[in-house]
Amino acid sequence: MTPIFSEDQLTIGGRAFDTRLLIGTGKYPSDDMIPIIIDASGSRIITVALRRVDLAAHTDNVMQHIPDYMQLLPNTSGARNADEAVRIARLARASGCGDWIKIEVIPDNRHLLPDGHETLLATEILVKEGFVVLPYTNADPVLARQLENAGAAAVMPLGAPIGSNRGLTTREMLQIIIDDIHVPVVVDAGIGKPSQACEAMEMGADACLVNTAIASAGDPVAMAGAFAAAVRAGRAAFLAGTGAVNTAAAASSPLTGFLYE
Amino acid sequence: MGFYDHFTVWPSEALSRRIRSVSDGDVRRVLNKHRLSPADMLCLLSPAAESHLETLAHKAHALTIAQFGRTMVLFTPLYLSNYCTNGCQYCSFSRDNRIERRKLNYDEVETEAQAIAASGLKHILILTGDAPAIASVEYIADCCRVLARYFTAIGLEVYALTEVEYRYLIWAGVDSLTIYQETYNESLYANLHPKGPKRDYRFRLDAPDRACRAGMRAVNVGALLGLSDWRQEAFFTMLHASYLQDRYPETEIGVSLPRIRPHVGGFQPAFQVEDRHIVQIMTALRLFMPRVGITISTRESAWFRDRILPLGATRMSAGSCTAVGGHTEGDQGTGQFEISDERSVPEMAAMLRASGWQAVYEDWHGLARVKAPLGRLKHRQISPSSQTVDAVTL
Repeated sequence: MTPIFSEDQLTIGGRAFDTRLLIGTGKYPSDDMIPIIIDASGSRIITVALRRVDLAAHTDNVMQHIPDYMQLLPNTSGARNADEAVRIARLARASGCGDWIKIEVIPDNRHLLPDGHETLLATEILVKEGFVVLPYTNADPVLARQLENAGAAAVMPLGAPIGSNRGLTTREMLQIIIDDIHVPVVVDAGIGKPSQACEAMEMGADACLVNTAIASAGDPVAMAGAFAAAVRAGRAAFLAGTGAVNTAAAASSPLTGFLYE
Repeated sequence: MGFYDHFTVWPSEALSRRIRSVSDGDVRRVLNKHRLSPADMLCLLSPAAESHLETLAHKAHALTIAQFGRTMVLFTPLYLSNYCTNGCQYCSFSRDNRIERRKLNYDEVETEAQAIAASGLKHILILTGDAPAIASVEYIADCCRVLARYFTAIGLEVYALTEVEYRYLIWAGVDSLTIYQETYNESLYANLHPKGPKRDYRFRLDAPDRACRAGMRAVNVGALLGLSDWRQEAFFTMLHASYLQDRYPETEIGVSLPRIRPHVGGFQPAFQVEDRHIVQIMTALRLFMPRVGITISTRESAWFRDRILPLGATRMSAGSCTAVGGHTEGDQGTGQFEISDERSVPEMAAMLRASGWQAVYEDWHGLARVKAPLGRLKHRQISPSSQTVDAVTL
């Protein structure tokens, strides 16, 4: 896929990408759809729940459907604390899934909200072990800074609770993270519509990860294409520089006019 | 304060009156709510909600797709032993029934495991009757160490254990617990369980709490539908699940909806639970707890299971046999109950695929398994009152 600005690449962990849409593998009716979704989305980074990977590969397996040119991003779905996340990450690497790891530490099955403290602990350990760590977190600017300092290759704050399709309900905190953090900010979770992904990109997010909104769409392939277009449009708008938004009309009677009298 | 104190605030007679007084307007109001209280959930279980089943189904379908996608985790039961000291009136394994009794040795466990693993399944559910002197916790743990070579997730459906015993089995490789209260009606429970350790209603009721405290990843509760008024049983089951999820957010709480099936002994269920009732329960449960896992076993017919796929189920058994050794030798009339859906794992997977669903064989890799020998548990000491059962130490 031709990027709008050829020099505008997303760089994570020393690898550059021409696309800023990350996708997932969960919730599809068949793994056969994965290569088709990859094509339609133009994505080059794909996250896979290691809990669903048959490490012995005796059965039909999600990994068989992911082309070699994709950057694999195994995730630690199912981990309830740092210890479990670290063990899953090591299992991923030992089974040939590479050095990239998306840390998901979720101790709350009601809302699937991530545990920031345990995520930070796991990040510190795995960075030291040479992993390229992308932690999934709440939209907490202080935590994002701590993760950056711990060596995270990117931060992945949520837009809304995972699977909720509610959009950027954490908008204000996301903007602070985008403004202050120097590693790539990938908005993850909660994005339900292409317009919301576009908005995140217009705000200056470096990328978006979208799974549920594509997988649960009536036509997932068409929706993957729609998200690709939305992410490109949002990025182009951000680079072009959106006009300032005025909250009040321009005063017809200037308050500083007297300076020029 | 345990679940007993939590649910006895809903006396049976008052509950019955309230369910029957729900109006059509009450149901409509609940259907438009974002988050449901127990009282709202009760509205959805009422006779008044029966005329809204289609709306319930659409909402349940949308929530299920958003939370779980078009996926179904498959597993199969493996019966290790059918010795039992209880006299449950609805169960073939009751000590009063003259059936051939058997406990698998470790070689036989391995043979069964190989036969099941050849179907591609990675999740296994192990079951025993209630005879700790024969199928002891140590025996179950040793079986788990055999099974861990073949399966990535091991579920447990055995007699109620202490917290220490649950922890011991987690170390041996168990990830999840399934335990049915059978009926939440305490006096009916006493009638149906006239002898054996299962008579202790409170000890069984508190078993899910003990498993959660022990660190079990997933805990599945349920009532045997048909023993009592299904609306009340469904209400208390959901209340139980909700209580557990609130108290133990790190544990994946699930609900099973088992309907009573024919078995040796000829017990006749007092209440008829029809297909539309199961649909009402399942969809109400999905709206009440959008994230909860819902298991539908081979107790249900192939016809019915195929049609309720979109309504909220997340886990189904396949290739099931309820007899000890049944996966290699078939059921010689010693099963716990008659299954209804007799399809093999490949047949189930083919049906799911044709219906636009993905069969998930592997949804977890056991992490807690301890490689070193576990040692023995100290004597099993369960007091009739569930207050002191956790005094047992390794």
